[in-house]
Amino acid sequence: MKKWFVLILLSLVSVMTVFSQSGVVEIFSWWTGGGEEEALLATIADFEQLYPNIKVINATVAGGAGTNAKAVLKTRMLGGNPPDTFQVHAGWELTDTYVIPGLMEPLTDYLKLWDVYDKFPAGLIDIVSYEGEVYSIPLTVHRSNVIFYNKKLFKEIGLTKEPETWKEFIDALEKAKAAGYIPLAMGDKEKWEAGQIVENLMVAEFGAVNYNALFNGELSFNDKRLDSALEKMVQLMNYVNVDHAALAWQEAARLLYDDKAVFNLMGDWAEGYFKTLGWVPGEDFGWFELPGTQAVFVLISDTFGLPKNAPHRNNAIIFLEYLASVRAQEIFNPIKGSIPGRIDADPGDDPYLIETAEDFRILAISPSIVHGSAAPEAFVTSFNDAVNALVTTKNISQAKQMILWAAEDVGLVTK
Amino acid sequence: MSVQKKKARAGFFIILPSLIFIGIFVYYFIFLTVRTSTSNWNSFSALVKGEYQFVGLRNYQRLFKDPRFQTDLWNTLFFTLFFLAGCVGIGLFLANIIDKKLKGSNFFQNLFLFPMAISYVVTGTVWGWIFAPGNLPSDPQGINLLFQKLGLSKFQWMWYTSTKSIGKFNLALIPVIIAAVWQMSGYVMAMYLAGLRAIPEELIEASQVDGATGTQIFWKIKMPMLRPITLSAMIVIGHMSLKIFDLIYAMTGSGPNNVTDMPAIYMFEQMFRSNRYATASAIAIIMLLMVAVVIIPYLYYSFRGSK
Repeated sequence: MKKWFVLILLSLVSVMTVFSQSGVVEIFSWWTGGGEEEALLATIADFEQLYPNIKVINATVAGGAGTNAKAVLKTRMLGGNPPDTFQVHAGWELTDTYVIPGLMEPLTDYLKLWDVYDKFPAGLIDIVSYEGEVYSIPLTVHRSNVIFYNKKLFKEIGLTKEPETWKEFIDALEKAKAAGYIPLAMGDKEKWEAGQIVENLMVAEFGAVNYNALFNGELSFNDKRLDSALEKMVQLMNYVNVDHAALAWQEAARLLYDDKAVFNLMGDWAEGYFKTLGWVPGEDFGWFELPGTQAVFVLISDTFGLPKNAPHRNNAIIFLEYLASVRAQEIFNPIKGSIPGRIDADPGDDPYLIETAEDFRILAISPSIVHGSAAPEAFVTSFNDAVNALVTTKNISQAKQMILWAAEDVGLVTK
Repeated sequence: MSVQKKKARAGFFIILPSLIFIGIFVYYFIFLTVRTSTSNWNSFSALVKGEYQFVGLRNYQRLFKDPRFQTDLWNTLFFTLFFLAGCVGIGLFLANIIDKKLKGSNFFQNLFLFPMAISYVVTGTVWGWIFAPGNLPSDPQGINLLFQKLGLSKFQWMWYTSTKSIGKFNLALIPVIIAAVWQMSGYVMAMYLAGLRAIPEELIEASQVDGATGTQIFWKIKMPMLRPITLSAMIVIGHMSLKIFDLIYAMTGSGPNNVTDMPAIYMFEQMFRSNRYATASAIAIIMLLMVAVVIIPYLYYSFRGSK
């Protein structure tokens, strides 16, 4: 009897050790829709081919821009049950929430060991670093200051040249309106979509250097240029679809595909979305930077970090090294519709991505607010609330006051 | 030891485990939430460090000054009023029709009860599509499209994206109330139906012999007999409504300028998006107090009744 018991116990233990050692790596992300999921699955398949002993547990939580996944992740991190590695936007979303409380391991030495430290642009390394140490590995890079347009309608309403100045842009919107189309498709049901337009208008007004200075605490938010960014947003509200509060970003982007709207200011994940719908970049839809931001690359980057006490730390490091490789970055990014974080990786044959990758190498980089790169999450929520009030009430001074309070609350300069 | 005492002691030991678990997982956690709500834990790092610093009622004061939270409280008030009135009114009406035992009443009884079996998330998503206004006036959707096809375009409006209000009542709540009533009125109907069937036939027959009319029977006999049911229905629906989250989150989000925002949604955002744990706990405690205001009189009433 006893023998049997010991035998069963021993076999259980050995099964468990096998399971934990050679076995698995759990990666946590919010990549569940459209091209994102396909990209993730293709990358995982390639990884498992390279490392047949390691099985990837793909833990995903659905929800645009990771709104739900972030909540789940925080609970897991706080409860001492971290995944082996997780998707997180570069910048404050990682730094303020996980690095400052001491929940992450620095990766600088590994990056140097793998000889990839200088393969990322310095502006991006700055964003993923805190006190000189890198804490996450950029896999994807998105640009958010891009306006996409429906080429067929663009021609139909008599436009020949992509707008380069604010005035040309407003004229184009007017023409679209006169022709009976929705000039600017917007879907801000989740609030950040409108906030993203305002942050791009802020970049246009402040310029990259001063915009970045706002978030380094070197420049006060109490600035005339903030007022004019908000004024421009109010001006744009004359051109958006009236049901914007009922739509998510995909539904708004789809208005272009359905030949109902002409322009859409959305991060370039919309480009991946258009492609999954069957549109050909450069033929069915075109793109240009929001006027005033041509010299800036407003960046959103999905990165992967290493939490302390990762249950399969060794496998996690193998996986991170793989993500930092040209091979992984070239598999993942073209499918998702983003460009590689590494400047030596090939962006693929999509004309939009080739152009964006070129811009990424040379332009000044500014972090996005609403995607958590520029400021702590507490600021982001209040900022989105302020913009949400602005687009409804059109009250500029109230919105500015709300932004100032939010900035003051997280210790940014407002005097 | 008497038999009775022995029984009492055995009974005590039988319920002891649940007492302990409720003590820990309900009351101790309420205490922890109160403690958090009076702390300075308004960032993730403060929470991880766990150094408790008492700040009194500062988080509550800030909340009551916050325009968004004020809107939330008004929304909760109006949503609860109309949700209750709708469910009780329609539930009572349906129960009376079904109780007449017309042909097919069994089928309709199940049909009306069915929405309750669906999750709020599903209800919210589907009603969200139905009431999505579309780009008016040229490109209506959902119910607005139906209105257009019926030649009733003048009834088109912005539904849950409307920012109009009457006093403090945001009109955008109307579609949400319709969805909520659709879901829960069948349940209230079932409660009333049970109540109606428990009324002794003799009572009705005796009143008929005395010459009471149908209306008189309804108001003078059935309604007083149904009073406990009305009270339970109001408690069940009322506490659901004060805590409502999933229906609104799936259907509308917090809406333009928070027209359909509720305390539970604000709590979720403060907790998981802004990392303001102390503020979120304060909202939780305020919600608990609101529910307590509804539940405690009921408990008092039912305890007194049972003695």
